[in-house]
Amino acid sequence: MAEIKGILGTKLGMTQIFDDTRAIPVTVIQAGPCFVAQVRTREKDGYEAVQLAFAEPRSNGGLTKPMQGHFEAHGGKPGRYVVELRTDDAASYVPGQEIRADIFSPGERTDVVGVSKGKGFAGTMKRHGFSGLGASHGTERKHRSPGAIGACATPSRVFKGTRMAGQMGNERVTVLNLEVVRADPERNLLLLRGAVPGPNGGLVMVKSSIKAPAAAWRGA
Amino acid sequence: MNTVDLVEKSELRDVLPDFRPGDTVKVNVRVVEAGRERIQVFQGVVIRRQGGGLRETFTVRKISNGVGVERIFPVHAPMIESIVVVRRGRVRRAKLYYLRELRGKKARIKERREARPAAGAVEATGEAESEGQG
Repeated sequence: MAEIKGILGTKLGMTQIFDDTRAIPVTVIQAGPCFVAQVRTREKDGYEAVQLAFAEPRSNGGLTKPMQGHFEAHGGKPGRYVVELRTDDAASYVPGQEIRADIFSPGERTDVVGVSKGKGFAGTMKRHGFSGLGASHGTERKHRSPGAIGACATPSRVFKGTRMAGQMGNERVTVLNLEVVRADPERNLLLLRGAVPGPNGGLVMVKSSIKAPAAAWRGA
Repeated sequence: MNTVDLVEKSELRDVLPDFRPGDTVKVNVRVVEAGRERIQVFQGVVIRRQGGGLRETFTVRKISNGVGVERIFPVHAPMIESIVVVRRGRVRRAKLYYLRELRGKKARIKERREARPAAGAVEATGEAESEGQG
């Protein structure tokens, strides 16, 4: 593992900004401020991580007594969302420390974790891009069906992992290697090149890229 | 005002002449060729304005050597040095796609006369920087 930086935020929406000649598609993320709620150490917890808290807890009982006790015990500020970030330099964080958008600078590569928009129970055409059956030539009530899903008496079962209809979306998705176009610590904004999973207003986590350092090393 | 709009605000063009579909405009486009920058002019009729905020675009149609040519410009792109309204047109549609079917005399647009004295050519340049540099 390496030294991973991360921040929680809210996806605000997409727009574009211009460089000299081209328009760059960007996602605007309200990133932080996050507060360190707890620091996990190898001695005590068996692994190193930083626990981050983000956003005001809901006033109508959003902060439970056990959570309140947890935040008080470690001297952190309460938050609505709490995540742990595994990193080797966890010891350099102190509980209560504020994390703002300026941990990232323009040009840096990031990974973004979010929960994708739910599409419900979707058929194979929408979910896996199957072609469906013919519109005519005798096809009856089977226009969007997957067709055959296996062979006959051998193996007389359907193989595991066969792509079928089912829940689509509303799952944790990570998008790798998004470039930071702009970071605005005063307004707590991050502008990332490209799209990010989830609806506007959804919770996302921006982390330093796991693949970009490897690519840089190969390129050197 | 939401935050995305706030981000866009600083990117918006400062000087933007008021123009609408039917108007004839001169668009001064920055072109970088062989390392040096020059201004290319594209003049024609605005047949569409579309989108909002920073993402707004407009389409200009002209007849070049007997061939209809349309170009879509982002209103706020920095590659557009300036937009100059040459002539205001009176039209009854927001999207003038019907012009594509028309040639010659039929493709004419009546000039729009307004009671305000502001009618006529309105010139608006972007930032006053030196041209042909770099």
